[in-house]
Order: sequence, then structure tokens, then C-alpha cells
Amino acid sequence: MSERKLVDAKNTFCPGPLMELIANMKQAEVGDELEVLSTDEGSANDIPEWINKVGHEVLESFQNDGVWHIVVKKAK
Amino acid sequence: MSDKISIMLIASKREQLQMAAMVASVGAVSGSDVTVFLSMNAMEYFKKDCNTKAPADGPMGALLEDKNAPDFKDLFQQAVELGDAKIFPCSMAVDIMGLSQDDLEDYISEPLGLTKFLTDASEGQVWTF
Repeated sequence: MSERKLVDAKNTFCPGPLMELIANMKQAEVGDELEVLSTDEGSANDIPEWINKVGHEVLESFQNDGVWHIVVKKAK
Repeated sequence: MSDKISIMLIASKREQLQMAAMVASVGAVSGSDVTVFLSMNAMEYFKKDCNTKAPADGPMGALLEDKNAPDFKDLFQQAVELGDAKIFPCSMAVDIMGLSQDDLEDYISEPLGLTKFLTDASEGQVWTF
């Protein structure tokens, strides 16, 4: 069973959250899920764009108390 | 798909350094083949013993500092480590500043001449900061 890893990238700005996600993505196995936390709205839009461009999968994206949660799955 | 992005970076101000670092890092992790050519006043910041903070050019630079935007040097390092970008110091600048490669950050490649950079940059996007 794949685990879901939390990537806490709150309180920084684009492209900080994206770079933190990618650093964690490199360590992850195919099929693993990662959940990025970001307080930067630009990153909340940019991360799904990157995920689609490089061919991974966005599972969900929502905002809760000023924090965006983007859940992605490493597809390759 | 692998496109090519060549960046010439000569600026000394935070805003330009930040934008160049953003293009380099996001481009590199998105599958582009990124080359950065460093020269002029940008060189100083890539020395290992550099304690100089890049001064703001205007209000945005001050905001970048206040709001904890990612450090531009960290972004360049991530461009290299996560996206296989190459950052070359200009060979003229290295000579004129009397530097050796050991004086520069470990993620910086060997000095490159302008002729080679221009040949490499003749295909793909070219950005200057």
C-alpha cells in the first residue's frame, strides 16, 4: 500500500512550494501520493499545471483556512 | 519533448536575480534543457564566501526580502540538482576577477567562453537578466 507524504511548504512563495514538491517527488516511488500545503495561491495554480505538463496526476486540490492542499500521485 | 532555454545573467539587483532563478528552476524541472551564463555583476553572488545581499532595485525587491520569497541562490541550486540545469561562469569574468573554480559554489560548472554559449543559444529560447 502506498503512503501519502505531507510536504509542508507554507509561508513561502512561488516557486518554493513547487520546488519542495519536486524534491520530495524525486525520493518517492511510483504510485506514492504527496500532499503539498501552500499559503501561496499562485503555487496552488502552478503546481497542477506542472503535474499535468510532466505527466503525473492531481488527485485533489482544495483550500482550508487559508491553506491550499494539493494532492498528487507520482505516475512514472 | 525537450526544448532549450538559455539564460544570460549579468544583473546585480534582487528582482532580476530572482526572476532569472525562477525561469531557470521552473524551466529545468519541467523538462527543458537549461543553460545559465553568468557574467558581470551577477558573478559576485556565486562566490562561496559571498556575504553580500543583492540590493533591491525597487519596492518589489524589498517585498521579496520581507515576505520570505525563496532565496535566488537556492533556486539556482535546485535548478541544477533537481532539473539538471548547467550554470556556467563567463571565462572572461573568471579571469578578470582572478577566480578559480574552487572559489565558486559547487553547483557552478567550469568556465565557458562566449563563443560556445552563443553557439549553444542559437537554438531555443534566450532570456537575459
